[in-house]
Amino acid sequence: MQWETVIGLEVHTQLATKSKIFSGTSIAYGADPNTQACIIDLGFPGVLPVLNEAVVDMALIFGLAINAEIGPRSVFARKNYFYPDLPKGYQISQFELPIVGKGSLTIDLEDGSQKAIGITRAHLEEDAGKSLHEDFHGMSGIDLNRTGTPLLEIVSEPDMRSIKEAVSYARKIHQLVVYLGICDGNMQEGSFRVDANLSIRPFGQEAFGTRTELKNLNSFRFMERALNFELERQIDLLEGGRKVVQETRLYDPDRDETRSMRSKEEANDYRYFPDPDLLPVEINDQQLQRARQNMPELPDQKRQRFESDYSLSSADALMLIQSRHQADFFETVVSSGGDAKMAVNWVTVELTGALNKAGIALSQSPVTPEQVGGLLERIADNTISGKLAKQVFEAMWNGEGDADKVIEAKGLKQITDSGQIETIIDEIIANNPKQVEQFRAGKDKLLGFFVGQVMKQTQGKANPGQVNKILLGKLKG
Amino acid sequence: MMHSKSIVELGTGLQTGEFSSVELTRHFLQRIERLDKDLNAFISTTPEQALAEAESADQAIKVGQAGPLTGIPIVQKDIFCTRGVKTSCGSKMLDNFISPYDATVVEKLKHAGVVSLGKANMDEFAMGSSNETSFYGPVHNPWDKGRVPGGSSGGSAAAVAARLAVAATGTDTGGSIRQPASFCGITGLKPTYGRISRFGMIAFASSLDQAGPMTRDAADAALMLQAMAGFDPKDSTCANQPVPVYSATLSDPLEGLKIGLPREYFGEGLDPAVAASVEAAIDHYKRLGAEVIDISLPNTGLAVPTYYVVAPAECSSNLSRFDGVRFGYRCQQPKDLEDLYKRSRGEGFGAEVKRRIMIGTYALSAGYYDAYYLKAQKTRHLISDDFKQAFETVDVIMGPTTPTPAFGLGEKVNDPVTMYLNDIYTIATNLAGLPGVSIPVEPVNGLPVGLQIIGNYFTEAKLLNVAHRFQQETEWHRLTPELESVASD
Repeated sequence: MQWETVIGLEVHTQLATKSKIFSGTSIAYGADPNTQACIIDLGFPGVLPVLNEAVVDMALIFGLAINAEIGPRSVFARKNYFYPDLPKGYQISQFELPIVGKGSLTIDLEDGSQKAIGITRAHLEEDAGKSLHEDFHGMSGIDLNRTGTPLLEIVSEPDMRSIKEAVSYARKIHQLVVYLGICDGNMQEGSFRVDANLSIRPFGQEAFGTRTELKNLNSFRFMERALNFELERQIDLLEGGRKVVQETRLYDPDRDETRSMRSKEEANDYRYFPDPDLLPVEINDQQLQRARQNMPELPDQKRQRFESDYSLSSADALMLIQSRHQADFFETVVSSGGDAKMAVNWVTVELTGALNKAGIALSQSPVTPEQVGGLLERIADNTISGKLAKQVFEAMWNGEGDADKVIEAKGLKQITDSGQIETIIDEIIANNPKQVEQFRAGKDKLLGFFVGQVMKQTQGKANPGQVNKILLGKLKG
Repeated sequence: MMHSKSIVELGTGLQTGEFSSVELTRHFLQRIERLDKDLNAFISTTPEQALAEAESADQAIKVGQAGPLTGIPIVQKDIFCTRGVKTSCGSKMLDNFISPYDATVVEKLKHAGVVSLGKANMDEFAMGSSNETSFYGPVHNPWDKGRVPGGSSGGSAAAVAARLAVAATGTDTGGSIRQPASFCGITGLKPTYGRISRFGMIAFASSLDQAGPMTRDAADAALMLQAMAGFDPKDSTCANQPVPVYSATLSDPLEGLKIGLPREYFGEGLDPAVAASVEAAIDHYKRLGAEVIDISLPNTGLAVPTYYVVAPAECSSNLSRFDGVRFGYRCQQPKDLEDLYKRSRGEGFGAEVKRRIMIGTYALSAGYYDAYYLKAQKTRHLISDDFKQAFETVDVIMGPTTPTPAFGLGEKVNDPVTMYLNDIYTIATNLAGLPGVSIPVEPVNGLPVGLQIIGNYFTEAKLLNVAHRFQQETEWHRLTPELESVASD
């Protein structure tokens, strides 16, 4: 039987605030266990939450970016369950009136077409702490540093029909929240986590099959592998005449398999109700206006602008906007004197190659975009040749200063004085009568030999265009 | 006799050097030592801290930096977190809990210069109307030790009535300040919801809980409220409203005051003797120039059932943090996580608390939420609307605080529904978030009776004014229970 895959995702993005969602404690990553938890985070008797206003603005920016229904009123609710890393015995989340309502996000499919994925809602909530089950001799350790970290949980409709679509959607959300500056996107540190709901049904059937939920997929690669495993597992079950059980499963990347965590029967009744400690969030026009003003250019807008402003191909533009940082880098290269098309090549090939070789991120690049711009300017104005430019780039990478300084220090300035080039060519023609004769007899290929000789003599500094032109004139004449 | 004076009178004595705060504090500590074993109004006393606070109060008085509460010995209900002091909330669950911080109320009163003598007994987690649910045993009513002092702020009320402290803090979720004030013959004010910060006040039902002063009279309540009220950025539900000078309008005339008498507060179930006492007080107001208007609060009958859905629902969630993991009671040798939860909570909470957690958990459960919690939210609106309508025509509403005077210890403890009905007149104001004050009127058979005065939102100044004008002309608030056969001071 042909099976159709149906996937919906819940993405937990950690909002890039300085402090927690309901207390003033820092959320900086990597602190010693339980050093970033105040009495409010610890749920001490008598403490109360106070909303960090920054999270509202961030959620609104996201809502605007996905054209969502917003406001006018949003309510925090308590999700009640017991767990040692949940100090209050409830998580403050949102239930009936999330801050962001229905919206959608368009993804690019492999065949070049696009598809809109519905977003049901996005709500604010606090993260729980971390339970550590190893290294405690049969006991569990609890680290409450993460408790109260602000999250925006983005819930999609079950609109994805393949694992590729799901990964593409997750990547697009990742790109978007990083672009918006509301999430650092660091998946290793848990700033961006995905839960996936997957079910299958025979092609043509309208009703959804029974789904399973895969928890805590913290890399796109794991997500893809976990979904693949789960898809195969479900197909095997159904084709073997068995049933899929609605349950939550955990992906184990070490074994590349999913394992049952809890079934529907074991699921908690969370007993959601509005949190009486927090007032409803009233969203007014002013706030929305401010969010609109603070909204950076979105990836799709940037791509269009790059195509029209810089006359870039759609493929080049798409490649550049993959990350906001790279797109910004590119634009600074251009504004510091670089030709746009050349800049695409330098940023996505030369620079990216060097970064990959060194194993560092763009943000750690030893070469600034201004330096790259300066270099490209010197190529464009014929100060150096494209070939020597790579040498200059290498020197800049090694911290030898900007392009002009390197060119000066290394004497790489291109020879563009026709007289000087002519003198050198005359000498070469005089010294190689045999080759001149052969060339004149029709062996055109020998032009390369003469060019090579000129370059050798000038250490590559002669302007190649001029060399060609003068050589041809002299040889033919 | 220092202990028989009010805050206002003691303030004069301290200022003129008639006695020092240290002397005053010692005097009260000795009284507690001598008399509280029969009353059990205190869960703990903190003599060292009290005397240190008294010394610095005396310093402040000496250099002329004293306020009206400087050096005044009070008692804090044991629901308010007090740094370095056991804060038990009347529960075994927190018998070992030393708070690492001060509640905003505690901080504000410290700032005002009060001396805290200790922590007052209360119903466990403020759940109760008789103080019999306390892990530390019941409090005895100073007027009749065989009777309850009311609850949940029973220790606070008994301590003030017995003159073991000049004033006390209380909290009121469904009547927990006003009912014990009524039973013990003192003045108890529950302010508008949001008037006083809830930060550091251990939550019972967050949308209903409100702290307030329990004092000898309205003038003292005005001074206490002044120190306790005001916006607190640590409590999102705390109102950002200016705080008037409550003492300034205490003696304003009452000519033309419109008093509403809800017929539902004078119907079936009200003890005729209590009714007579309350009516006599209302007649007194007529003589002061007030106009009395019959009104109706038609949804009064919904108040108790609504409350017993809303309050347990919120408490079931609020009390989840008591799980034996980070603080409070933990069972011996738990087998596993579930065992830790079940036994810590099973052994740490008393019966009434468990009953309410179970009711609340049920009311919030999938499939029952709409029928109970959501319905209760709707009836809560109806109750608020009743008052809203009433305050279009009247300035204050008056009636009895409770249907009867203090009942006997053990009389209702096994009949929760009858116990719950004792709060029939007080609960609606919590549901609506309105302020109310209970003041002593003529006793019945030697037992205090309270008149409840309910006002519109943030009209505490008016309530205190109305209460004070009555107290200027009557002596009921000066009556003191006979505690010692031999007066030793």
